[in-house]
Amino acid sequence: MDSAASADRYLPDTVTRSAKILVVGAFGVGKTTLVGSVSEITPLRTEEVMTEAGVGVDELVGPSEKRTTTVAMDFGRITINSELVLYLFGAPGQRRFWDLWTDLAVGAIGVLVLVDLRSLERSFDVLEQLEERELPFAVAVNRFPDSPDVALEEVRAALDLLPETPVVECDARDRFSSAQALLALCEYAAAHDARSSREYA
Amino acid sequence: MSGSGEPDHSSAPGPATGQFSARPLRPYVITRGRARATRNTVGVETLLIAPDPTRELPVTATREERALVRMCARLLSLAEASAHLDLPVSVVSVLASDLIDAGYLSARSGSGRPAAPDSQLLQEVLHGLRGIR
Repeated sequence: MDSAASADRYLPDTVTRSAKILVVGAFGVGKTTLVGSVSEITPLRTEEVMTEAGVGVDELVGPSEKRTTTVAMDFGRITINSELVLYLFGAPGQRRFWDLWTDLAVGAIGVLVLVDLRSLERSFDVLEQLEERELPFAVAVNRFPDSPDVALEEVRAALDLLPETPVVECDARDRFSSAQALLALCEYAAAHDARSSREYA
Repeated sequence: MSGSGEPDHSSAPGPATGQFSARPLRPYVITRGRARATRNTVGVETLLIAPDPTRELPVTATREERALVRMCARLLSLAEASAHLDLPVSVVSVLASDLIDAGYLSARSGSGRPAAPDSQLLQEVLHGLRGIR
């Protein structure tokens, strides 16, 4: 085998397939923490370049002007078995980044929407966008020490979610808890998958 | 922020949160002006490997293309290659797509971009996640 540092970086040669899950949420909600706690590699960061129309971003910029910005995206990796790896991509949920994760979402298992009870309204944007898509999503409430004590059913009502959309609680700092949140999403995606196969049968 | 609960597609999303910054246009120079890959078949999770890392690239190949082929001497995803090379994913997608077309790189998985993962894959992921303690 090669040196430890480079051996770490690469995948075993037995891997033939990859899958991905998006972790989306407002800034500071714990996306990077969750990705980091379940990832077996130190989370990596890429910067994506975006050209965005000035409209809707800055009222002082005319609608025809564009500017180039970069957005940081953290991701991690979980080895599922000797042939399959799962990637977790943390992406910002704000409206101006939708183009970025529209591309990112192609072929994904689904989206885990991480929310913070102290600022639930910051999740409205991303949920509104997801509801217009085929992509399965689940909501994970990241509990902070000073989070208000709100029952999950109240969260569901406040976010106006469908009865079947999973809502779970998690501690993004904890590996097991974060994996359970991802599991809730994947179980839902599997059920979703079974339902659509029946429709087409 | 808008005070009304009614979604308004034209409203400003609020002040910058410090997540993004102005950046010069260098990425488009690396990709020779293209923002998109020639084929729509590479994604962030696409697994890349150079089938023959010793094969010489043409003299016209850019520094970034050479670096990408070297990086893919062994298997890794497009996102990982981007992060290690410190290049945006969109740029590496364009480069990888060209290098796949020219035979310097192979895509092992995630190419062909199915609309959704198949149920076999989902079952394996479920099993894997259940094993995390």
